[in-house]
Amino acid sequence: MLTIAMPKGRIFEEAAALLREAGYKLPPEFDESRKLIIEVPEENMRFFLAKPMDVATYVEHGVADLGIAGKDVLLEEERDVYELIDLKISPCYLAVAGLPNTSIDEVAPKIATKYPSAASAYYRTKGEQVEIIKLNGSIELAPMIGLADRIVDIVSTGRTLKENGLVEYEKIVDITSRLIVNPVSYRMKDQEIGQLVSRLSEIISEKAV
Amino acid sequence: MSKLLMFEKPVGMRDTLPHIYETKRKLKEAVEKEMRSWGYRFIETPALEYYETVGEASAILDRQLFKLLDQAGHTLVLRPDMTAPIARVAASKLLKERVPLRLAYSANVYRAQQREGGRAAEFEQIGVEMIGDQTTSADAELISLLVSVLKKAGLKRFQVSLGHIRFTDELFKQILGTEERAEYLRRFLYEKNYVGYREYVKSLSLSSIDKQRLLRFLDLSGGKECLEKASELIEGQAGREAIEELNSVYERLEEYGVAEYIKFDLPLVSHMSYYTGLLFEVYAEGVGVPVGNGGRYDQLLEKFGRPASATGFGLRVDMLIRALDELAEEEAVHCILFSNERRVEAIQEAAARREKGEAVLLQDVNGVEDVDRFTEAYASVSFFLGKAASGKGN
Repeated sequence: MLTIAMPKGRIFEEAAALLREAGYKLPPEFDESRKLIIEVPEENMRFFLAKPMDVATYVEHGVADLGIAGKDVLLEEERDVYELIDLKISPCYLAVAGLPNTSIDEVAPKIATKYPSAASAYYRTKGEQVEIIKLNGSIELAPMIGLADRIVDIVSTGRTLKENGLVEYEKIVDITSRLIVNPVSYRMKDQEIGQLVSRLSEIISEKAV
Repeated sequence: MSKLLMFEKPVGMRDTLPHIYETKRKLKEAVEKEMRSWGYRFIETPALEYYETVGEASAILDRQLFKLLDQAGHTLVLRPDMTAPIARVAASKLLKERVPLRLAYSANVYRAQQREGGRAAEFEQIGVEMIGDQTTSADAELISLLVSVLKKAGLKRFQVSLGHIRFTDELFKQILGTEERAEYLRRFLYEKNYVGYREYVKSLSLSSIDKQRLLRFLDLSGGKECLEKASELIEGQAGREAIEELNSVYERLEEYGVAEYIKFDLPLVSHMSYYTGLLFEVYAEGVGVPVGNGGRYDQLLEKFGRPASATGFGLRVDMLIRALDELAEEEAVHCILFSNERRVEAIQEAAARREKGEAVLLQDVNGVEDVDRFTEAYASVSFFLGKAASGKGN
């Protein structure tokens, strides 16, 4: 049996739709269920719902064989898991944004973000030393209220930035959701996982055409 | 930093309480016995080594080392693995004795953990090193011993995945030309980022045939048939030799009768630069991380001034325990409760039972507040209380 960690929220619906397209018979109550663990005995699968940021943690520890996680989470968490396929769902990107026509403080520029290690890695590769301020949500608030010079956050349509009078300065990296696998499950359950991977890959390449 | 509370331990440090200790002891006994019966001799090395020698030679990342200073100002490390210390001993002393060497160890190693809980910073490793034998017979012996040890330890479902770093290096060198690009691809494998690997390959200006070769490389895992597929991807002597080595090790493992536990996984890269040939990881059902790993490291001994080929494996005792279906039962202890008047009698009874091999506990009844609660924990109890010589019971 395969145990799969699913991210709650935005990615969930697209991920569930993709699994259905790949021919997995998921029960209708799958989508609006409030249960945290959903058994699908017909497919010999078990799903559980987790915070998107935590999916890679469950998979690394091996309590889930597989998981669906955004690349943003993988960049931030650097977990020891296989990043097997790009599911090409929930596309967005990580970007630097701030108030228009502003420059950043030269001495100690402050960057607010939900992704402290990804943001710090980005500025390191640029050769800039910055001070990272970790926030848990509503990152757009930080430059507006004077907490930070810039923010590093995911942007999907750009609407939230615009509505708050912010502009995008740099694009860091494209983000989509990935199928991740625990390294031991990848070996010990290679048949089942191989089948899932080829069914998903088929659907994804069909869509890309 | 907030003031530490008295019960706190450094991150990743763990206590071993009696029931786990018993399981661990039995498991280690079984494993060590098997290693000895294959002719491996156990050695011990100190927990502290110099950073400049063993610390630098070790395969463990620098940031995972516990470092401290001695009085003379030298940086010391708590040994992060046993392979480097054994290489030091072998290079300086033992290799003069006789070649090849078969050594075994069972020792605690230390790796600083920066993340949250769930990872041990101190754990026991048990393993073997074979130094000075470059044949595939040596590799096959090692893997067969590994399988045998795991069976003796009581593991039911486990798997050993084999890769070969020279095959990987050769394939990358042939197709990519530069070491820099090869390093880039190797890092994707090391980080297990197959999506990044594919994207990078697609971004390179290569013929579509070469791109296909690099992409198909990721699928080279499974049974013996994947060696044939591997030989279709590679050209040239060095790559063929690597496949030939895998082939010959596999044939020998068939002769040993352990091939059913073996799978190939050519994209397996357990370390960026340590291994020089065959390498493997060991997985057990129900444990989310490898229970052990090993391979050939022909360049390590050179760092200690005496070049020699070497191969070995290490198993994590804590992960092996997690792989077991059940913990060992604690040994039954017989309890004798005595009062002062019959102390001598009780001591004699205890000595007689111990002589027969029983574990016997002697307890002065005046030292116990709640007799019922105290005796609950023991398999059987006898009482030597009061003046009469007949107050014996169970």
